[in-house]
Amino acid sequence: MAATTHKRWRKARVLDVCEVAEHVRQVVLEPEYLEAPAPPGSHIDIGVYVNGRADIRSYSVVGMGAYGNELMLGVQLARQSRGGSAFMHALRRGQEVQITQPLQNFPLNYGKPGYVLAAGGIGITALVAMGKALKVRGADYRFVYGARSRSLMAFVDDLVAEHGDRMDLRIDADGSSLDVPALVDGVPEGGELYVCGPTPMLDAIKAAWAKAGRRPADLRFETFGSSGRFAPEPFTVKIPRLGLETVVSHDVSMLEALEACGADLMFDCRRGECGLCQVKVLELEGVIDHRDVFLSDAQHEVNDRLQSCVSRVVSPRTGGLSGADGQPAAVTIDVP
Amino acid sequence: MSTPLPSTSAAQTGHATFRHFPLNAWFAAAWDHEVGRNLLAKTIAGKPIVMYRTTKGRAVALADACWHRLSPLSMGKLRGEDEIMCGYHGICYDADGRATFMPAQETINPSATVHSYPVVEKYRYVWVWTGDPALADESLVPDLHMNDSPDWAGDGKTIHVNCSYQLIIDNLMDLTHEQFVHGSSIGHESLSESDFEVTHDERTVTVTKWMHGIEPPPFWKRNLQDRFPDYEGLVDRWQIITYTAPSTVTIDVGVAKAGTGAPEGDRSQGVTGTVINTMTPETDSTCFYLWAFARDWCLDKQVITTRLREGVSGVFFEDEVMLEAQQRGIEANPGYDFYNLNIDAGSMWTRRVVQRLIDAERGTDVEETTERAGNAAVAMTAVTEAANAAGANDTPNGTGLAAEVEEGVARHREQPTVGLMGRGL
Ligand code: FES
Ligand code: FES
Ligand SMILES: [Fe+2]
Repeated sequence: MAATTHKRWRKARVLDVCEVAEHVRQVVLEPEYLEAPAPPGSHIDIGVYVNGRADIRSYSVVGMGAYGNELMLGVQLARQSRGGSAFMHALRRGQEVQITQPLQNFPLNYGKPGYVLAAGGIGITALVAMGKALKVRGADYRFVYGARSRSLMAFVDDLVAEHGDRMDLRIDADGSSLDVPALVDGVPEGGELYVCGPTPMLDAIKAAWAKAGRRPADLRFETFGSSGRFAPEPFTVKIPRLGLETVVSHDVSMLEALEACGADLMFDCRRGECGLCQVKVLELEGVIDHRDVFLSDAQHEVNDRLQSCVSRVVSPRTGGLSGADGQPAAVTIDVP
Repeated sequence: MSTPLPSTSAAQTGHATFRHFPLNAWFAAAWDHEVGRNLLAKTIAGKPIVMYRTTKGRAVALADACWHRLSPLSMGKLRGEDEIMCGYHGICYDADGRATFMPAQETINPSATVHSYPVVEKYRYVWVWTGDPALADESLVPDLHMNDSPDWAGDGKTIHVNCSYQLIIDNLMDLTHEQFVHGSSIGHESLSESDFEVTHDERTVTVTKWMHGIEPPPFWKRNLQDRFPDYEGLVDRWQIITYTAPSTVTIDVGVAKAGTGAPEGDRSQGVTGTVINTMTPETDSTCFYLWAFARDWCLDKQVITTRLREGVSGVFFEDEVMLEAQQRGIEANPGYDFYNLNIDAGSMWTRRVVQRLIDAERGTDVEETTERAGNAAVAMTAVTEAANAAGANDTPNGTGLAAEVEEGVARHREQPTVGLMGRGL
């Protein structure tokens, strides 16, 4: 249930991999065994290979096959992929992978007077099963799904067929972009808003939610390893006290880069939630792209610390600083 | 829990050690008056649960384990209208189990939740659904309307019994034992002599027994005289036992002047009571037994309510002694099993119904509760209660549980392409 559960790993066979939207593939897995069906909002962890190293990624469970023994995932090939999604896209039928049981960090709460589900892009994967569960319960809900263009929207035809009028597609290319204040207004008092999407969307919704004076606990969201404001680029990190200096390339995190050169850092979640990997910022050349949900906006603005598992630094020019000439991004930090 | 039973044959469900319970069920966790603006910790079906009421009066049941480091929330405090604050580091949760405050950070971790069990208040009980919340259907609460209907008067109590809830169901489904266990009050030799009839469907089992023209046992003689003070004659007596899955038994009991048509449905010359019994498993070998006795005569006489409640309480104490001894007997004889008799037919059907419910749950979104987990949960409840009773505010020192650390593996979420929606916002 909601408490953090121990992960139990098992084998799973790839039953199918197919394109369901531009850059998005549906991956169907058949686990060796499943203690229980995946509850709405759950994800699995899966072992992947990235640059020849074993690593772990999480993907929401979109649904289960008719017999309840399959897990369907939706994976978008990330432009600046650190490699996980490339591995997933390269999976072939019959291949064997290691996965956990469905893990729940994003539980759906039943019995509310109304619901709005709001998905941005690939964030849809976390909400498909919730939509189904709400429909089965006969709940009052609206399902908002936004993206830049329809060709990028995984599962969109099925969702429209399933939810009919309750489905509200917001497509930038069709000039019907998401209106965030209206979205927030549309959540009835005492109802809940479930959001999964890219950082700017989540940030805008959080801000509008707070501005409307709504109860914080009624805004439910899943952090998705935030995509940040800027595309990842390499930057230098220095820890003078330890005499360390290394370059964080675009496809590894600062935490990984520091671990690789021998820094002994604390961490737990590795997705910007817990705040354990926090480092102190001493000097900065460039702009910090905060990608965590641990610090508040006000704390982000101070720029005196960052969560090294997700947050990055971009060059002054990329960050849009005035008078920036071509100097590279660099940050000097201290660690606990 | 002993090894799950693979099939539903009578031979297996009739085992002495049969004591599984389904989780997709409403269990009566407490009497309504027990849940208030205080923290009530109980283990229900192997799950540690803390209950309280919001200031608006809604009953809440949360997992009694903080999301942070699994300390019992029942050692914390109520806060505001509907919140509970962990006594260890102060994380606050609302009635839905969602964190509303986290210490030493300005944000709230989106995964900070504890399970909020579906709760229904009905018939003076607070019912908690221990299984998949998506299936929590209020209409599945067993019908115990006599417990708060104006056509009935009565009251009851809760007994914590050191035996499997199933042994109590067995006991209630077979009233032959009254002659032997309750000889001084309600027992009668006709009980073990007369025939009974058993019927069942998917969720209920009914045992019906009529005794015609018998001498009333002392308990019933007195009840009948409440209404017909001068009547000294023989009675027709009935016991109609209805089991509703997984663990509720109502017994329609009473006597009427012999030959006045009670068996045919005219009870005007008699008195009718309903024994309301609902058992809530705590662990595999302990349970809460919530009972009440409701009557249809002299509704305005509180003195009768009290007399019956205390009288029945005494009768049930006799059962309790036997049932706890039976549980010990089962545990002391691990290689031995029941020999089921014809008088056990009612109980055998209830066991089969329960087994089918459990089978139907296999591979669904409920977690198997192990005996160890259940017992640990009870031990924790005891600790909490002791601490609460002592008014102690100091928390156990922070050895905590070992953090689950997976060496050398990253746990990032895959990063989605930057700003699908980004431009639009
Ligand atoms: S490890 Fe949790 S925020 Fe970085
Ligand atoms: S706040 Fe509950 S254990 Fe820390
Ligand atoms: Fe008895």
